[in-house]
Amino acid sequence: MTDRSATFAKVAEQITPFNNKGVALDESTTFAGDLEWDSLTVMDFVAAIEDEFDIIITMNMQAEIETVGQLVDAVEKLAE
Amino acid sequence: MVDLLSKFDPLIEERETLLGKGVRDPFSLVMEEVKSPTVAICNGQETILLGTYNYMGMTFDPDVIDAGKDALENFGSGTTGSRVLNGTYRGHRDCEDALKEFYNMDHAMVYSTGYQANLGTISALAGKGDYIILDIDSHASIYDGCSMGNAEIVAFRHNDVEALEKRLKRLPEEAGKLVVLEGVYSMLGDVAPLKEMVAVCKKYGAMTLVDEAHSMGFVGENGRGVCEEAGVIDDVDFIIGTFSKSVGTVGGFCVSNHPKFEILRLVSRPYIFTASLPPSVVATATTSIRKLMHAGNKRAHLWENSKTLHKGLQDLGYTLGTDTPQSAIIAVVLEDLTKGAMLWQALLENGLYVNLARPPATPKGMTLLRCSLCAEHTAEQVQQILGMFEAAGKQVGVI
Ligand SMILES: Cc1ncc(COP(=O)(O)O)c(C=O)c1O
Repeated sequence: MTDRSATFAKVAEQITPFNNKGVALDESTTFAGDLEWDSLTVMDFVAAIEDEFDIIITMNMQAEIETVGQLVDAVEKLAE
Repeated sequence: MVDLLSKFDPLIEERETLLGKGVRDPFSLVMEEVKSPTVAICNGQETILLGTYNYMGMTFDPDVIDAGKDALENFGSGTTGSRVLNGTYRGHRDCEDALKEFYNMDHAMVYSTGYQANLGTISALAGKGDYIILDIDSHASIYDGCSMGNAEIVAFRHNDVEALEKRLKRLPEEAGKLVVLEGVYSMLGDVAPLKEMVAVCKKYGAMTLVDEAHSMGFVGENGRGVCEEAGVIDDVDFIIGTFSKSVGTVGGFCVSNHPKFEILRLVSRPYIFTASLPPSVVATATTSIRKLMHAGNKRAHLWENSKTLHKGLQDLGYTLGTDTPQSAIIAVVLEDLTKGAMLWQALLENGLYVNLARPPATPKGMTLLRCSLCAEHTAEQVQQILGMFEAAGKQVGVI
């Protein structure tokens, strides 16, 4: 597994408890559209990702992240 | 042409659906006459006011009214100018002096509203490369202050000390950090654990700003707010407040002991690029603030009211925002907007005004009927209020 696919797997693992509709995940899955998350779910999920990778994803960054792929990219960059 | 208003279609539709159910529009009530801090005429009917944030009932205080009249006659109806140009009268300075005394602090800056006090202070303090760490349930004026500056924004779970600490720990040590908290959160009426939170902020070298909009005048031995009650008033860097609640008029302020505080007058845009408060308003505020310093009995009575209403509503079977009464706000939690609007209307028809709050202003998508008590509500009025909640609740079928 490449580093990126390892990160994707870890992110996917964090999504699972919030993925109530069992949406299949790929790079282009969107949080608002496909997963239908509200702002509170987003906050809990972001907190889970932050704890998992020991990073901070500011609200400024969150505004730019729409898809799972974009989140994986951001996590990779922040965890460097 | 793209109609820029079409983005609001879902909201327009939601409103129409609600009104289609025969509910009166909860967001366009008119107070035809106001008799006292606790009674008004709405739709021709005498109505008890339980949703005005007029916590200390200062709006009809004779000394306050006299001070306003006097200033109106001697200084005119308005300043027609910015605080930094022709808009600072003797009255504005007197008002700042009253605030310094009230809080026992070195500096005070009066803004035209509390909203602008948050905008101006937060945007001036935290700029590019700095971090603002705020509670997710913060007031809109705090969020707007954040968007006005170019700082990085980090939110943490409501009132969660551990979540705050985790985030502070991960931020770069050398970066400027401002933690923004509120004393009382106005939606549920719950109080922040300021003692623990301020200690954590100190540990990680963050400056702190506490918005005491809903606690000034009422919480703490001298009415200085939750910071005073929690014993951390000397440890916070900035306190924001408003005149639109306990003080009983309009306006906002920031107080601080920071030695460089005064420079904010030259860099805070919402302080500079707007007209200052009218002389009559600052005069009423000054008199009210000075009276609030010695309002221990009123504070005690307001606590009594809050406890009685909280217990009474619980006994009636209502779900409340807090398990115990923590402030002068008691929030009744309803299942959805329709139920909320129906109960709101039934209460109004029974002669009681409360505040309907809905998402996105509310946390967790809740619909709330917020009751804010006043020190001028008599014990009998509180019993009347409970009677109205019983009748209206049964009518609508929520209890
Ligand atoms: C927490 C908080 N901060 C600030 C404000 C703004 O106060 P003002 O009404 O003076 O603009 C309010 C009131 O709406 C508030 O609830």
